Amino acid sequence: MTELLQREPLLKSVVFLRILIGWHFLYEGVIKLFNPDWTAFGYLATAQGPFRSLFIALTGEGTIGWVDTLNTITLIFIGITLILGIFEKWGAIAGMVLLLMYYFAHPPFPWLEQRNVEGSYWFVNKNLIELAALWVLYQIPTSSYFGLNYLLKREHKTIKTPQS
Amino acid sequence: MKWTRRDMLKGLGGLPILGSIWWAGAANALVKSKDRSEILERLKIEPSLPNALPEIGGDPIRIGIIGFGIRGEQLCRALGFATGEWLEMMKEEERLNGNTQLKEFLEQEKLNLRIAGVCDIFDVRAENAIASFSTPDNKVKRYSTYQEMIRSGEVDAVIIATPDHWHAPMSIEALENDVHVYVEKPMTHTIEETYRLRDAARNSKAHLMVGHQHRQTLSFKTASDIIDKKVLGHVSVVQTFTNRNDDNGAWNYDIHEKANEQTIDWQQFLGSAPQIPFNKNHFFRWRKWWAYGSGLSGDLLTHDYDRLNCVLNMGIPKYVTASGGIYTHNDGRNVPDVLQVNMDFPDFSTGSTQAPGKEKGMTFTYNATLGNGYNRPTILMGHDASMELGNNLTIWPDRGSTKYAQLLEEGKMNPETPIYHYNPGANIPDAVSSATSQYFADKGLMWTYIDGVRVNSTYLHLREWLSVIRNGGDLSCGIKEGFDEAITAHMTGLAYKLGRRIEWDPLAEQIVPIEDIDLDEVLLTST
Repeated sequence: MTELLQREPLLKSVVFLRILIGWHFLYEGVIKLFNPDWTAFGYLATAQGPFRSLFIALTGEGTIGWVDTLNTITLIFIGITLILGIFEKWGAIAGMVLLLMYYFAHPPFPWLEQRNVEGSYWFVNKNLIELAALWVLYQIPTSSYFGLNYLLKREHKTIKTPQS
Repeated sequence: MKWTRRDMLKGLGGLPILGSIWWAGAANALVKSKDRSEILERLKIEPSLPNALPEIGGDPIRIGIIGFGIRGEQLCRALGFATGEWLEMMKEEERLNGNTQLKEFLEQEKLNLRIAGVCDIFDVRAENAIASFSTPDNKVKRYSTYQEMIRSGEVDAVIIATPDHWHAPMSIEALENDVHVYVEKPMTHTIEETYRLRDAARNSKAHLMVGHQHRQTLSFKTASDIIDKKVLGHVSVVQTFTNRNDDNGAWNYDIHEKANEQTIDWQQFLGSAPQIPFNKNHFFRWRKWWAYGSGLSGDLLTHDYDRLNCVLNMGIPKYVTASGGIYTHNDGRNVPDVLQVNMDFPDFSTGSTQAPGKEKGMTFTYNATLGNGYNRPTILMGHDASMELGNNLTIWPDRGSTKYAQLLEEGKMNPETPIYHYNPGANIPDAVSSATSQYFADKGLMWTYIDGVRVNSTYLHLREWLSVIRNGGDLSCGIKEGFDEAITAHMTGLAYKLGRRIEWDPLAEQIVPIEDIDLDEVLLTST
């Protein structure tokens, strides 16, 4: 397994995946950050499935503002960690949590009416796939191959060298 | 620790990507928001806020209910009084499908009133009201006739939710006794009584409100502002529709099992209508016969007409033509179930952005069927933009607009993208129980949204009436609006029945007479 993780082509492809997912999250976050009118209200208020009431509870007058801010910050945080290659495991975990929430807010279950979806889904949708991809990123960290961690690690190594 | 180019690339390679995405996101969001604010600034539309009403102080207003059928019950709920039966049913619906009507009913602000009496000629209904609304310190009294209730001195105001042929006689009786009136639509059943009711309202100290509750809907008030700001330019066509396809929508209401000649005062039901033997079908489904109701023209067209009269203030049409027939429910009814109406307003204009004198006049069409439930939105078609109007409101610029020509050319507007959307409900899922309620909800006839909270518009309409009773002020649907609505409905009924164009003379304030024809007689006949 360790050997496998050191194979250049694999690392490169995982880095590519990491950048793409980071890109997706960051852009979503920035668009929301610069659009003062954006709110998750409609998305949450129309939630379906087993956790419907939980999502609707989030739309309350006192909570929706916090939900919006927290969502934007988290999206940007995930984007930055994955693109820059630092705290990537935290980014992956946060991303999985967000996607799990998105998945359950509008789950692609056959007995629920699918609203505003552009494809056809049966239990599996793009949120779930991106979530699985983040799981892979969590398992195969690449920030010390490409990312800020590469520099930090290198610095660490150079400090270590004289002692050896 | 010297960093090579390779180190920099591997360590900081993400930075330019991050920078580009940030820049792209910010630029896109800001450009969109700039274009949007430029358009909004140009339109200057102000979304309407609910009226602040003075408090209904003093002793509780004593209300008498005349007619406690389907609509009577709905009106009582809007006043804060629900029957035990309804509460049970809603609890069950809440449990089964998350219906929110019970919650909304319980959260509705209490109005300063008490139900003093009820007058219903069907014992079961009157007894239901008494059993449901009586409290230890307020026993609801039953009156066997409306005259007895109005003259009792025990009610300050009456709510009339009876068959159409009783609206005017009851309203006039109440107004002549200075008892306030809330009367369901259509305001009257004949032309002659429309004038008598207008005189009674003008001469009375009491206030008359006609039950077009959508006048409280915020999207219509916003639409009114949009028309005032000339956002649409000259509106030449307005299209309105009714589509229903269920028993309830076709007025085939349930016939109560306890209905019989002992429990129903049949003579009082008939009143001035042709004297026929006891008939349960006529009693419960009276909307299907001209003798008591007025079919699509009085029952449903009036909603659409008044919704638009509230937005455009266009008044009574100069000409009305109509056609249709009994095409979907050949079940013994004599009112049409398919109807097409054209109303012309040749002198009306919402303002022009073109050469003076080029644009003037408007056609209002109404197309209805009780045999199809496809939802067709109300559309106002202007030279500069089109507006779709319901509980939400959306405006699209028109390709050939004069007003927006430059913005369209610059690509800041395009005909496929709405330039304004008003959705006070912000996607709150509505658990509506039946197809007919969905029909009313889509049209903005059932509720409005205030700060994103769904509010029953009938409640707001009644609250306004009660506030004016106590504090004075203007009613949003008083005798003037009621007169316009009733005359328009009658012109439509005549046009349909006579198969000819009916004309209004605005100076003489009368329907232009047709030689050898008694118009009221035509309205009341069965064909």
